[in-house]
Amino acid sequence: MQRHEPYGAETASVSADAPIVSIRDVRKFYGSLEVLKGISLDVLKGQVVCIIGPSGSGKSTLIRCINGLSDVQQGSISVAGTEVNDARLDVVALRRKVGIVFQQYNLFPHKTVLENVMLAPRLVLKESRASAEQRAKALIAKVRLTGKEDAYPGELSGGQQQRVAIARSLAMRPEIMLFDEVTAALDPETVKEVLTTIRELAADGMTCILVTHEMGFAREVADHIYFTDGGVIVEHGPPAEVFSNAKDPRTRRFLSQVI
Amino acid sequence: MFDAISGFFLDLYEKTGLNFNIFYDEFEYDRVLAGAVTSLELMAWVICLSIVLGVIGASLQHMGSRTLKGLVEAYVQVFRNTPPMVQLLFFYFGLGSITPQVDMGGYNEPLISSFAWAVIGLSVFGAAYNVEIFRSGIESVPRSTLEASESLCLTKWQTNLHIVLPLAIRVSLPSLTANVISLAKTTSLVYVISVPEMTYVLNQIWSDSMNVPEMIFVLFLFYGIVIALIGAVFSLLERKLRIPGFGQ
Ligand SMILES: Nc1ncnc2c1ncn2[C@@H]1O[C@H](COP(=O)(O)OP(=O)(O)OP(=O)(O)O)[C@@H](O)[C@H]1O
Ligand SMILES: [Mg+2]
Repeated sequence: MQRHEPYGAETASVSADAPIVSIRDVRKFYGSLEVLKGISLDVLKGQVVCIIGPSGSGKSTLIRCINGLSDVQQGSISVAGTEVNDARLDVVALRRKVGIVFQQYNLFPHKTVLENVMLAPRLVLKESRASAEQRAKALIAKVRLTGKEDAYPGELSGGQQQRVAIARSLAMRPEIMLFDEVTAALDPETVKEVLTTIRELAADGMTCILVTHEMGFAREVADHIYFTDGGVIVEHGPPAEVFSNAKDPRTRRFLSQVI
Repeated sequence: MFDAISGFFLDLYEKTGLNFNIFYDEFEYDRVLAGAVTSLELMAWVICLSIVLGVIGASLQHMGSRTLKGLVEAYVQVFRNTPPMVQLLFFYFGLGSITPQVDMGGYNEPLISSFAWAVIGLSVFGAAYNVEIFRSGIESVPRSTLEASESLCLTKWQTNLHIVLPLAIRVSLPSLTANVISLAKTTSLVYVISVPEMTYVLNQIWSDSMNVPEMIFVLFLFYGIVIALIGAVFSLLERKLRIPGFGQ
């Protein structure tokens, strides 16, 4: 069986600067089930990295390990200088650097759009109401939802809710944003709005790691693509390479099914 | 009030034989009024205390140690699986007999009055249900919502206070309303420990005056109106707390 190539000369050019996220030989078990079987990847500051692969291949697990929502049994995950796989990890310090957006938005349904975005800056960053509100409004404008400040999540479309979730994450001033299939629950029209927001974020220089099934989008915005299958990275490279001449038969089969 | 209605009811009695003596006999009138006030006070105490105890119990089950969880669980089982009347008898005659008496100068008064025992007994009974009601409210908050809160670096306490509690209250409210209403009705049981509330007082009056049907009618009406009011207060609360687009 062909396993992904160990990290070597081929990626050395990518890591000319120190990577902001560096994952090395990570293994994760659920009981006796090995879900991540030795994953390594690097992300540079300002890069956009897409993780693609079939269902159950461990994409969500991998992304959740980066902000400590899931723990790993082996290997190292370094995020902006913080080692995640460490018993003494200051998980709050880690999560202040890493924003995460989920497939199901996970907004706070009893809080308005403005309150959703302001909550963490008020409670965690101890910002004054005035400054938190001002910043929240700017972020809401950034995701093109001005006018919806006082709406409740239940009154918004999926795409609008997802953009609120992005604004809510950005309010914590993260250095890295994680997106886990954030458009998978949306209908095709609203997918576009959300992708536009992410595209703008990437253009602003935010480091983004996204799990996505939107191959067109991945091809367009990603600096680097990782293809996962069965808990390993079977192939990775710039989008042009992975999409046009994938070497691994599993990648080829997957791409022929989704494109 | 009394003067305004007494004439009518005296007239009614003389013409039809319907004896609502509580509305024309000032002594009985005062007795019933005191009984009604006792009933309302009892309901207010029992509702508030059972909610407070319910929140405490559910919080312990949510966050407490294994031992605390086990204790709360045992308490819930015991008080849900025994009749409230038996519980009242247990508290009043069982625990009441071993609590100290205070010398009131010549005669002894129990430290805890029958009214206080009624409040304790019924609150503990009602809270056993409220613990379960609040617990299912807490469990209705999806894990993913908690993960979002965790990812935004809210502490466990901040998450409980700002996310879990407001959502759990809203989800629990319909079942809580049902339990509170049932609890308010159960207050009529405390006549078994001689608390002079509405049922007890009217029972005495109809024994003295032999006007059973009339007094039963008044009793029926009293509970009907009071319970309807309590229900109205809770549905107002439900409306006030309703969030557009949530939980419908
Ligand atoms: N909490 C859990 N307990 C046990 N097994 C789990 C748990 N979460 C995920 N798994 C298993 O881990 C494997 C990888 O799951 P993961 O959710 O990371 O896949 P995925 O690539 O994100 O899939 P999808 O595209 O469907 O979202 C799956 O086999 C899944 O069944
Ligand atoms: Mg997934």
